[in-house]
Amino acid sequence: MNLDPDPRAEEFRAEVRAWLDTNLPDPPLPSVNTAAGFAAHRDWERKLAGARLAAVSWPRRYGGRDAPLAQWLVFEEEYYRAGGPVRVGQNGLFLLAPTLFAHGTDEQRDAILPPMATAEQVWAQAWSEPGAGSDLAAIRSAAVRTDGGWLLRGQKTWSSRAAFADRAFGLFRSEPGAERHRGLTYLMFDLRAPGVTVRPIAQLDGEPGFAEIFLDDVFVPDTDVIGAPGDGWRVAMSTASHERGLSLRSPGRFLAAADRLFRLWQRTAAASGSHSGSALGERVADAWIGARAYQLHTFGTVAVLADGGTLGAESSLGKVFWSQLDVSICETALDLLGPRAEVLGRPVPDGDWAGSYLFSLAGPIYAGTNEIQRSVIAERLLGLPR
Amino acid sequence: MRFAVTAEQRQFGAALHGLLADADVAAAARAWATGDHEPGLAIWRELAKLGVTALTVPESFGGLGAEPVDLVVACEELGHHPLPGPIAESIAAVPHVLTTVATAGSAGATGSAAGLAADWLAALASGDLVATLALPPLLPYALDADAAGLVLLADGTALWQATPQARLESADRARRLFEVRPDQPLAPWADTEPALRQAAGYGTLASAALLLGAGRGLLEASTGYAKTREQFGRPVGAFQAVKHALADTAIGLEFARPLLYAAAIALGAGATSTARDISAARVACAQAARHAARVALQVHGAIGYTLECDISLWLAKIRSLSCTWGSQSEHRAVVLAALGQDGAGPWN
Repeated sequence: MNLDPDPRAEEFRAEVRAWLDTNLPDPPLPSVNTAAGFAAHRDWERKLAGARLAAVSWPRRYGGRDAPLAQWLVFEEEYYRAGGPVRVGQNGLFLLAPTLFAHGTDEQRDAILPPMATAEQVWAQAWSEPGAGSDLAAIRSAAVRTDGGWLLRGQKTWSSRAAFADRAFGLFRSEPGAERHRGLTYLMFDLRAPGVTVRPIAQLDGEPGFAEIFLDDVFVPDTDVIGAPGDGWRVAMSTASHERGLSLRSPGRFLAAADRLFRLWQRTAAASGSHSGSALGERVADAWIGARAYQLHTFGTVAVLADGGTLGAESSLGKVFWSQLDVSICETALDLLGPRAEVLGRPVPDGDWAGSYLFSLAGPIYAGTNEIQRSVIAERLLGLPR
Repeated sequence: MRFAVTAEQRQFGAALHGLLADADVAAAARAWATGDHEPGLAIWRELAKLGVTALTVPESFGGLGAEPVDLVVACEELGHHPLPGPIAESIAAVPHVLTTVATAGSAGATGSAAGLAADWLAALASGDLVATLALPPLLPYALDADAAGLVLLADGTALWQATPQARLESADRARRLFEVRPDQPLAPWADTEPALRQAAGYGTLASAALLLGAGRGLLEASTGYAKTREQFGRPVGAFQAVKHALADTAIGLEFARPLLYAAAIALGAGATSTARDISAARVACAQAARHAARVALQVHGAIGYTLECDISLWLAKIRSLSCTWGSQSEHRAVVLAALGQDGAGPWN
């Protein structure tokens, strides 16, 4: 048992750090949830892909480097350390791509992954429906058989990035009358196809980070089904477990946030030497301890995966942990900033805490609410009765 | 990098679990609380056969000279059950102090002190000797001095062999606390201070492992109880309020454990981050254990509030142990000071 840095990973760290130092956009890109900002983030992704940094753990033929998970973690640490832009392609990179690797065909991978890596095609997720949020298996949007494919009918909602993205993926009821997780099919569709209406929804910060999608007999060819028709639930759960687990929330993000929080504390409360400075200091220490715990836990998960193990319900433990950690890091920052905490943008050098705080509040909700996760932990890991 | 316990370490933990599950640890803890140490010491002697008491004694003094990770594996199991006795003192801290005395005879310890220390180390390793330590202000009292064949005191002037004085009642009845009086000097302060700091690190790490193990014990007891205790015609574990509380306990323990093992690795490697890592582990393990204790009591309800129920043994242990070997605030201050020195990023 050891924590010795892998020399190859550290060599890679130096490369990533140098590349980011040279190439990071300055001034920072405009918000990804505007048309101009979305385009700027697309350009940034193309640049990242040009350096083969967009998806380092992917095979080379799709634009990756065949790098082991440990190197992907290093990339993430450096990316967040440098304060890199939001990854506009993250729905595709971290949710759809793992599903394609597990369940897609070679043709699908060849067609979809390279433009995903360069953000030539940006993906939105289309899981939830008005009547199917936490209860995802209550999906009613239908896929109706037609010549050479399917016609999609219904409504999806809370679709991240759908306001500006190109394509989307989600589950559809393909067997009329089938109940719950039976008779669902995993499909990909074009957000600009005839019959698609996208209605952006303003989030708490006023920006359209997600959207509603109305589908009125939208044609999807058979080649855009992932896995077998009717087997969509099983296929999707492999994605959902990625979303909860390793791939969506890398430890680098929280370590970088804890680092920024520590520096904010040093400059403000600690410098004043006040009693509240020391009380807030305890929360700053807890923030770092939590981020470090999450990093180390991920190292443990990497060891499990390296031994051929898989992540099942265990990923729910991490989802609750990181989402709570994120909120508490941001709340501590707000308390350190006092009256400046309400100012949007970057009134302090250590980041947009007001914006981070709002974003952190979504964490306990998306990717399965923390209440659903706790029930999963209790029933599947602790064996408590349903 | 490979951050996973080895198969051998897993087997060691499983062997200890097997031994302790077969022994009546709860009865031994209750006897210990009345001053009858024999059942508890009998279990210590069984553990000694598996090498537990020899882990941190160097091979040159008859021990195993094992890695701190092995110590953590063992202490997690001893807390899991929960064994009475001065575990963090006798198994983790004292061997370090004595090793310094035994090997640094030239540096001020009297020749006889070095010889005594060597003999004590061998006796600790074999399980014939149980030792305890007062280290004010960190440890103002000597735990279980009435069960220990050797009582040490390090008081800022010297390292002493000490004599127990008045006994104080602990909130944990199975922890018997004693004031001590210095008796024979073993080494001058200047010669032992670095070793004492190191010993405190070992003791703190062991206490964190004991706390994590105790939290695990409570989670298992509470989950088991919630599956069988019925109210409103169904097991109480079927209610979401109960499920979610136990899930939070599981999360706390799950994310404290990696900090514990990382601290053990740092200590073994003599890393500059050792103090930070031990304190971080201790904060997280104590917090997770306290949460486990609150939830366990709540899930058990009134039966959990009785001395008769075995969870009382863990509840008392966690309450006391989480306040010794440094408070939560003191350990957070250590973490902050280290971050100020080295930065807070993963890249440091």
